[in-house]
Amino acid sequence: MKCRVCRGPAVIDIRRHNAGFCADCFIGHCRAQVERALKEHSMISPGERVLVAVSGGKDSLALWDILLELGYEAHGLYIGLGIDGYSEPSGQYVHEFARLRGVRLVPVDLPSDYGYDVKTGAAADRRAPCSACGLSKRHIFDRAALEGGYEVVATGHNLDDEAAVLLGNVLRWDVAYLARQRPVLPGRDGFPRKVKPLVRLSERETAAYCVLKGIDYQVDECPMSVGNRHLGYKDALNAIEERSPGTKAAFYNGFLDRGAALGTDVAMAEREGLHPCPSCGAPTTAPVCAFCKLVEKAGGDPRRRIPVTAL
Amino acid sequence: MGGVKVLLRNPKREVEVTGPLGAAALVRQLGYIREAVLVIVDGTLVTGDATIADGSEVEIRPVVSGGSL
Repeated sequence: MKCRVCRGPAVIDIRRHNAGFCADCFIGHCRAQVERALKEHSMISPGERVLVAVSGGKDSLALWDILLELGYEAHGLYIGLGIDGYSEPSGQYVHEFARLRGVRLVPVDLPSDYGYDVKTGAAADRRAPCSACGLSKRHIFDRAALEGGYEVVATGHNLDDEAAVLLGNVLRWDVAYLARQRPVLPGRDGFPRKVKPLVRLSERETAAYCVLKGIDYQVDECPMSVGNRHLGYKDALNAIEERSPGTKAAFYNGFLDRGAALGTDVAMAEREGLHPCPSCGAPTTAPVCAFCKLVEKAGGDPRRRIPVTAL
Repeated sequence: MGGVKVLLRNPKREVEVTGPLGAAALVRQLGYIREAVLVIVDGTLVTGDATIADGSEVEIRPVVSGGSL
């Protein structure tokens, strides 16, 4: 197979584009897809500092690398989740990435900084581990950005992630979640804008990007995510994609193009109902936000301030 | 020289298959979907139409990650 761009030998085939790429042209392709997403959705304004949520996995490290190469002032935020045998090596990949490039990293550790880990938090709040993990991460992204004066938080959600979430939301016709499922979530009351610059890249592309750029990342699956519902949605979508390449992109991009109005009234009503959590100040529709409830049940302290210091 | 040594992940294990064979055929033979993996032969990423010779060391690297989205 030849590279679609330079006609040299290809190292990666992307069936939804019916194309192969050599290493250099593939890296250029990934960068161009991110640039297009950034521009199409007005994700980051000139001069804005970006806080990149990095897990040590392929997506967030590829995102951080591409944003740095595109010239953004992009700092990393790593949250240690206290997952035995998994969090420590994940953190090492992030620290090594930051060290090699001499870029700023903000580390937060759930057990030592907040007094709980994902497993105990999930058990205390009677949630699935992935739910407790997501809730904790979203809160800390906001808090770290607020404390550090970052206007925007970038996350490594890719096309497969968004298509899987969309499938789940459509299967349940969860209009409130559909209304929030956008590549950009606007900021509010000092809380940062959230952007997903990888929505035009599949996770196979972000993994290949890391392999070709020599970025070491956590290849192993999180042990807490076994049986996760979204993994089931991804399996189903990949089975369809195998037979009909391009289906995932058509599904997600069609939603962005034609489903945009869906749930707008629900989203507006929800935003109007938001008020600051009396415990931590985060926007919530409940008397106390879900993060504070979880941390207090787990015996931790939700009011800790993020130390936004360089490593 | 032996066959093709294949490293699989989650859980990490090694199997051996007889070469030569195509990368896409190997993925199918092992029960994977191409969209869900990368094929790395002797440290180099390859396309589905690549031929893998006996004596090669192959990693089938899963790309699907899940959890809290």
